[in-house]
Amino acid sequence: MSDLFLTTVLTFDASVRVCIPLIFASMAGLFAERSGVVDIGLEGKLLMSAFIAASAASVFGSPWLGLIAGMFASSVLAMIHGFASITYKGNQIVSGVAINILASGLTMILTLAWFKSGGITPTLQGNERFLSITLPGVDIIDHIPILGVIYRELISGHNILVYLAFAIVPLVWWVVYRTRFGLRLRAVGENPKAVDTAGLSVEGLRYKALLIGGILCGIGGVYIATAYNAQFTKEMTAGQGFIALAALIFGKWHPYKVLAACFLFAFLQALAIRLQGVVIPGIGEIPVQLIEATPYILTVILLAGFIGKAIPPKASAQPYIKEL
Amino acid sequence: MTRDRRLSWINGLLLPLFNVLTAFLATGIVFLLIGVDPIEATKILIYGALGYDEGLGYTLYYATNFVFTGLAVAVAFHAGLFNIGGEGQAYVGGLGIALVALYINPALSAWIVIPLAISGGLLFGALWAIIPAYLQAYRGSHIVITTIMFNFLASALMVYMLVHVLREVGNMTPESTNFPDVVWLPFVHDVFAGFGYNIAKSPLNLSILVALFFSFLVWFFLWHTRWGFAIRATGKSNDAAIYGGINPKKIIIVTMCISGALAGLVGVNELIGVQHRLFLNFNYGYGFGGIAVALMGRNHPVGILIAAFLFGILYQGGAELDFELQNVSRDIVVVMQGLVILFCGGLEYLYRPVLMRFLAPIEASE
Repeated sequence: MSDLFLTTVLTFDASVRVCIPLIFASMAGLFAERSGVVDIGLEGKLLMSAFIAASAASVFGSPWLGLIAGMFASSVLAMIHGFASITYKGNQIVSGVAINILASGLTMILTLAWFKSGGITPTLQGNERFLSITLPGVDIIDHIPILGVIYRELISGHNILVYLAFAIVPLVWWVVYRTRFGLRLRAVGENPKAVDTAGLSVEGLRYKALLIGGILCGIGGVYIATAYNAQFTKEMTAGQGFIALAALIFGKWHPYKVLAACFLFAFLQALAIRLQGVVIPGIGEIPVQLIEATPYILTVILLAGFIGKAIPPKASAQPYIKEL
Repeated sequence: MTRDRRLSWINGLLLPLFNVLTAFLATGIVFLLIGVDPIEATKILIYGALGYDEGLGYTLYYATNFVFTGLAVAVAFHAGLFNIGGEGQAYVGGLGIALVALYINPALSAWIVIPLAISGGLLFGALWAIIPAYLQAYRGSHIVITTIMFNFLASALMVYMLVHVLREVGNMTPESTNFPDVVWLPFVHDVFAGFGYNIAKSPLNLSILVALFFSFLVWFFLWHTRWGFAIRATGKSNDAAIYGGINPKKIIIVTMCISGALAGLVGVNELIGVQHRLFLNFNYGYGFGGIAVALMGRNHPVGILIAAFLFGILYQGGAELDFELQNVSRDIVVVMQGLVILFCGGLEYLYRPVLMRFLAPIEASE
């Protein structure tokens, strides 16, 4: 019993760790898509920021400089996306794809040019990366039966970015639903013409949304390379940008629902690792690939309208062309 | 020249040319940033891809894959659909080819087996596209998102198939047994040798003829059949198409099936053409490369053949760069693909305002 309990807590703990980049990336996507810009490029921004953060942290010896560099790199890509899809009214999906492919190629080329190694950066030592923080009171609460384990394993012992991720979700909710900017943001994604008629700049709002997205996505990439891992490796984001996109749809573009979707998808990933080769009585061995594929299957089913309906912001994917 | 003709001339030729040149220029800047002389790199690249017959063979072999995925993306584009799932369709298409190749009676003639294997690729590619197509047409879910999800599903499915079903007993690597040689497409150097000409060995095989055949077929289908017309009409204006009696839902299904089927042919070149077995990630990057090829080739089969050849040059030349220069690897091709998609796709209209301003005085003087 206590074994099962500990395993469950540890699986949840693993889910929390896997969940973080999904939270940052999906919140980034939330801003972009709420403003009417489809963001396929989350994956590329995560990858680029992971690479730049790992490089900067290694060269300057500080994860904080890595964080700034990573956020900057991701924002640059976000602005390229904006330049193409807002200023030049290009196809948002095409420019998103371009960003993913560019990031994939550039990270490989630059690791070779900067570190003379194909696709990896030097391993970060000691405090060159974000280390776990032990929350106060672990020793005291540890003696309480169930709560102690939960506090020690699940709540304490994460790095600062993990706590930041969970703090950012209510903040996003507050910005989107309780501020003037949030109201305008939602309006511009639903009916840009009305926003324009009210004398506000559609383009300006969309650029702001993409910039916030760039910064948030950047933190996600930083987490992957300098907190969850201790270096950049080739294609290390491994589709997490797309899972975040799926979570964004699954959570219907609402911060708390998206958070729940992120956690569900992360839990499935953690479970897939845990269940590798385990034979369940009566069922047999569940193929790991099936569990790994579940987030995508769930998203497709949701999109198809079989379990609820995911309706994107009305003006998403449409460039706004001002009538003269 | 009338205004309309001038406009089509600008949009159809001048703008794409400027866009491609900008992408090349941007690649040149990347070269400079990593301390490589772009002129020297270009020389190595072109020599490696075209300078000797083995290099040329490789170039054409890579180009063959890009023709298939480029056509796939282009057909969907004509109906106004963005098929981002070429990667997955190519992967599952390969499964169709491999299943035919592995389980067919090897005593049959190659004239039966090979067309059947190719049909397997077409069928499985189409099947992998039909679900997203159905969901877009009848359930209103966006095709871009579903095809992305299906890329990941394809990947999971193929890992499962290769690890649990098709793996040879006792083999640790997830790959199938070798196909019987009756299903192998002949290598071009073997064909030439049969006629008494000796050319260097390369992976180039008769798939290139399959690619040319399907390019012609796509051209004929899109511009000379009723269905092709309906597809293009739907892509131009959905409402006009409905008014004209076209059912856009059907068009979505048919177009995506054709698109998926074309992507499914990548395995013809890779599997029965070169490797003669099924293995993980044989499709890697060609599906996304197809987007660049289609955008660069302006969604026309002739344009796609040219763009695919160019990407073939880049792939093979990139391998040569890898070998010759310390500071650069063949991933530079991926960067270039990204830049081509950015400048020929996302920033398609970058130069239009400038060109229009430039041409306005000329127009006024006429």
